[in-house]
Amino acid sequence: MSALNIKKGSTKKSAYELRDPNAEVFETHTLAVIVDNEAGALARVIGLFSGRGYNIDSLTVAEVDHLGHTSRITIVTRGTPAIIEQIKAQLGRIVPVHDVHDLTVEGPSVERELALFKVRGTGNDRVEALRLADIFRANVMDSTLESFIFELTGTPDKVDAFAELMRPLGLVELARTGVAALSRGSE
Amino acid sequence: MTRQMTGAKMVVQALKDQGVDTVFGYPGGAVLPIYDEIFQQNEIQHVLVRHEQGAVHAAEGYARSTGKPGVVLVTSGPGATNAVTGLTDALLDSIPLVVLTGQVPTFMIGTDGFQEADTVGITRPCTKHNWLVKDTEKLAETIHQAFHVAVTGRPGPTLVDIPKDVQFAQGSYVTPQKSRTDNYQPQMKGDIADITALVEMIEAAERPVFYTGGGVINSGPGASQLLRELVEATGFPITSTLMGLGAYPATGEKWIGMLGMHGLYEANMAMHDCDLMINIGARFDDRITGRIDAFSPGSKKAHIDIDPSSINKVVRVDVPIVGDVGHVLEDLLRIWKSRGRKTNTDALKTWWTQINAWRDVKCLTYTNSDTIIKPQYAVERLEALTRGKDRYVTTEVGQHQMWAAQFMDFNEPGRWMTSGGLGTMGYGLPASVGVQQAHPDALVINVAGDASWLMNMQEMGTAVQFRLPIKQFILNNERLGMVRQWQQLLHGERYSHSWSDSLPDFVKLAEAFGCKGRVVSNPSELDDAIEEMMAYDGPFILDVLVEKHENCFPMIPSGEPHNSMLLGEVEATDAIRGKGATLV
Repeated sequence: MSALNIKKGSTKKSAYELRDPNAEVFETHTLAVIVDNEAGALARVIGLFSGRGYNIDSLTVAEVDHLGHTSRITIVTRGTPAIIEQIKAQLGRIVPVHDVHDLTVEGPSVERELALFKVRGTGNDRVEALRLADIFRANVMDSTLESFIFELTGTPDKVDAFAELMRPLGLVELARTGVAALSRGSE
Repeated sequence: MTRQMTGAKMVVQALKDQGVDTVFGYPGGAVLPIYDEIFQQNEIQHVLVRHEQGAVHAAEGYARSTGKPGVVLVTSGPGATNAVTGLTDALLDSIPLVVLTGQVPTFMIGTDGFQEADTVGITRPCTKHNWLVKDTEKLAETIHQAFHVAVTGRPGPTLVDIPKDVQFAQGSYVTPQKSRTDNYQPQMKGDIADITALVEMIEAAERPVFYTGGGVINSGPGASQLLRELVEATGFPITSTLMGLGAYPATGEKWIGMLGMHGLYEANMAMHDCDLMINIGARFDDRITGRIDAFSPGSKKAHIDIDPSSINKVVRVDVPIVGDVGHVLEDLLRIWKSRGRKTNTDALKTWWTQINAWRDVKCLTYTNSDTIIKPQYAVERLEALTRGKDRYVTTEVGQHQMWAAQFMDFNEPGRWMTSGGLGTMGYGLPASVGVQQAHPDALVINVAGDASWLMNMQEMGTAVQFRLPIKQFILNNERLGMVRQWQQLLHGERYSHSWSDSLPDFVKLAEAFGCKGRVVSNPSELDDAIEEMMAYDGPFILDVLVEKHENCFPMIPSGEPHNSMLLGEVEATDAIRGKGATLV
């Protein structure tokens, strides 16, 4: 599926050419943006989204190549196919942006998010929270006699599901990293 | 071997190595070291403007009339914020500029120091790219990159923010050749398969039209030559946006006039009824398309643009070609010729018969008067008396701008400088300063309205100081004409704040600035006044008192398609209703 890779300076070979361009269906896409790790690079990307009225559902960023000074920004965004296509073209236009990958159309990808949950409770609620954490393969990072901090890694859906279960059991605080994603396979 | 020098000296050296001969600027505390270096050399001329906005528009005029990037030097804080309108104007019209701003010393950044502003933050959305240089070692390379980014791909303004301590510190100078520019290399060549697909459509088209824009001019004189060759060889009609005027000569046989909201009837009808639209370096701006869902409903559309984000942004196209106009046209012509130069000649003949019928409507007809100067007549006479001269025209924004576009002929690229995308009132006077600076012996005319002209009139001082004989041709209706027109058509003739009260006496104003002015109100004296303006050896303000309530037609009302044009006053009554009323 590397033909679907949207290289900078090209709008061709987009999967959207196969779809109804006028469909008003909102889709969720995960974009990986490789940028020079320079001052203001993240501000440029975020400014593009706010300035042109695009959505950001989640955003993660960190330097991934210390020698090459490049960072990877993973953005989960929503829009019609035409808007998503425009977002990618606009991102590609930013000077320090090297590549824009649409992981949602480039084939299967692995998406993971890390979350920390502080759950306060005693008695049966506390036992139940621990039992559910075990089912979800969440790890206990901190414990007092009346609280736990669980660490959970998984898809955003899994994190949502665990949060829903913890809420009645005394969830008091939740921290999420946002999605990190890579396409599957050797490419 | 690297040369050590101060950051300030580096700035001047980098400009020289980039071939810069003119800088438009205004000094201030945070750029004093650079001004000190400018003082000690003669290769680069510094044009002292009267307001930083004027510096940026002057640089735009310089850039658009020469094809070279315009260079601006201003101080921190208010110097930089005053440049913001010009930067946005240049971004929307894709004009290459390099703007250098001073900044408070690095150790004071973030302390709300005197004349401190977050310049890179403020200008991030209105530049193609910008940099804050915190290390003198990186200064030269950054300036070279700024030039590279400004002129490469889709041109645009870049900005380099230089703290004062970086200007004082020593560092090693890097030449343009040794600077890293490989990180920004947009695609220039179009995809051959797509170009071939377009050739096939050209061969079969029954009702084709070329729709060209500023991208042809930005691509360089070669692109305009190729466009002319393509138009003559295929015999297809050609229209252009406001930005693209001059790429194909207005005197050319295939020219059907400017299109868009105040474009010609024949051009807009051809766009609406065509079966093949070939967009070359234009961007389907809302002034062009009118109502999107009724935009040229029966046509296949091809779009040649160097900026991938322009494609499918507003209008879905059938054949997108990402590449530089010059490169793509070269390939297009080569492929079309090698396949036997075919067009559908019979169908084309019918198409031209239709177009000529639309031409016969004579949409620019207006009712002239022998007692009062009609603005259209004034522009017509200006055209007639300056035609064939080495002439450059700038404009402000409004009715006069549209009349200039409608009634003046542009036969070469780079002869017409107007604020298209941003619609910046106050653009024309400083732009004419920049054009005249680049072309000292040419006839440079700013076609202006009274209200726009006042917005940057301080630049007359620049013109007088630098002996730039710019001609200010003011169509004075004592109104904000276009605003007044919309209030008449759209807001029940309630003329809210759209007249110019307490206008200055433009003749006295000219004298106050040390140049000459003349006022003319009688149609019979207009020619003589224009002749006097041209003959005068220096800046001149011609105050043309025109009909106060003239409306600009043809007009596509907001929210309407191309084939619902208003041709005159009778049709215009109550023409804009419903959803169109909320559009600008």
